[in-house]
Amino acid sequence: MIRNQRREWAVAFLLVLPFLLTYGVLFVWPTIQMVQLSFTDAPLIGTGEWVGFENYIEMFDDRRFWTAFNNTAYFVVLTVIPNTLIGLAIAMMVSRLKGWQQSLILAMFFLPYILPVSVVYRIWNWMFNVQFGILQYPISFFAGETINVFRTQWMFMPAVALVTIWWTCGFNILLFLAGLRSISPDIYEAAALDNANRWTIFRKITWPLIWPVTALVLTIQLILQLKIFDQVYLFVQGGRPDPSMVMVQYIYTMAFQRNQGGYAAAIAVALFVIVIVFSVLQFQLLRARGEK
Amino acid sequence: MSVAQQEAGTMTSAQTAKRGRSRGWDFGALLLTLVTVVFAVLWAFPIYWALVTTLKPESQVIGKSLDFLPRTWTFDAYWHVLVNTQIGRWYLNSLVTSVAVTVLTLAISAATAYALSQLRFPGRKLIYYTILASFMVPIAALIVNHFILMAQFGLINNWLGVIFPQLIHPVVIIVYKNFFDSVPKEFREAAKMDSASEWRIFTRIYLPMNWGITTALAIVTFIGAWNNFLWPFLAVSRPEMMNVAVGITQVNDAFGVAYARELAGAILAALLVAVLYLIFQRRVTQAIMLSAGIKG
Repeated sequence: MIRNQRREWAVAFLLVLPFLLTYGVLFVWPTIQMVQLSFTDAPLIGTGEWVGFENYIEMFDDRRFWTAFNNTAYFVVLTVIPNTLIGLAIAMMVSRLKGWQQSLILAMFFLPYILPVSVVYRIWNWMFNVQFGILQYPISFFAGETINVFRTQWMFMPAVALVTIWWTCGFNILLFLAGLRSISPDIYEAAALDNANRWTIFRKITWPLIWPVTALVLTIQLILQLKIFDQVYLFVQGGRPDPSMVMVQYIYTMAFQRNQGGYAAAIAVALFVIVIVFSVLQFQLLRARGEK
Repeated sequence: MSVAQQEAGTMTSAQTAKRGRSRGWDFGALLLTLVTVVFAVLWAFPIYWALVTTLKPESQVIGKSLDFLPRTWTFDAYWHVLVNTQIGRWYLNSLVTSVAVTVLTLAISAATAYALSQLRFPGRKLIYYTILASFMVPIAALIVNHFILMAQFGLINNWLGVIFPQLIHPVVIIVYKNFFDSVPKEFREAAKMDSASEWRIFTRIYLPMNWGITTALAIVTFIGAWNNFLWPFLAVSRPEMMNVAVGITQVNDAFGVAYARELAGAILAALLVAVLYLIFQRRVTQAIMLSAGIKG
């Protein structure tokens, strides 16, 4: 019996060894190192002096840090709720269709989600191109002139948000579709017998029953969009990055362009704490769903 | 509402009420379907527009007229990208690193999940906490230290340096564990009777019974690795080591701005994952739902 148990332990240890190695070296260790680095004035590569909380104190007085923080928050506001609601609306439209029609329409909405971000960037940069972009037709119709959208400060974030919603909405649509399918058709039939109209059915049946999925999508989106970097970095190429800087981009700038590893790590810790707060929230939500 | 109630009141049975209402709704339903189709066409239009642009000669691309189909069809833009950029090399880089990330992630995750699901051993708690923690930590916050670590190993501008930091996918472990948990115990007991080793039970029963989920997870892990931008962008500075998603935006054309060529590069970069998705639509859908904690 004891020998059997020993053997089971040995097998289990061999099976989890690759996990322990990869997660130890590539997750636990860098996380500890990040916190440690944030208390030093080290450059990106090389060692530095221990400076205590100096980086954190500096961060609170750093205007560019707060710009990055505010822009990230602004981007979250612009994307999370619209992306969720548009996802739900599209899922409801798609779920009415049947068979090959549904597959075709769903694929049209979902396709952008599997594109690399740099391809999304190329496509929309062309759509908005100030000289030849097709969107300049409606833009000049409404504004009276062509506009270089990604070089106009107040338009930059909303435009990037629009592109992001187009790119990532497919994911939300899938989750909502699954949620809608799990609502029993009997409930809708009962409502039809009561002659409830579309809006009443949505408000009294669909919305409350889909709410757990909505909450899930909202938190997933929130955590995802806090980590925004790629799109902002790509669309600002060739322009001035500072006014539209987001947090991950500021980490990147400080570490890789200014060679301030310690300070970059402090910003990373700040982002880390923000994301963990929301992740705990998401975890609680998921657990609540699991227990039901 | 009150009008609807009145109407319902005049009907003799629920059945006629239902029929009457559905006749009244036909127009509304048709309109909704129409709106759906129009919206879907608009949604997919940017992809179509990019595709069409790549098939035009550059002179037509910047022409004044709005052509929804090329007046002259040409593959010049693609030909130019294939001959004059390193896109072939970038494709190879993307292929090698994405396949490696997929195979390693799935192997590590399946083995861990099997141990957690079927074996009792000390240290399980530790593994659970590590998985939970890695769920919550944003990998994007670790870029600085991943870079330092890879630089210490001498893996910057190296395939391995691109691959390693992309191996943290705790959700794959969780999905596998749920599937291993639901394999009926009888299979395991029968195999034990035949004194099969744990390794044999894992590789001959548990893995083959879950090939479907392995395929689904493999496809989305591959697409994710292919599309990943931030880390491959940081880990590589030499153009010949770039992944295709990074290369098409970081290396500027020596021949000046040419929209059809830029877009042709983009279409080529997306081609493989787009085709994979179109072939394995169901698997992709299934894996995404499982990863989000919804039974597909």
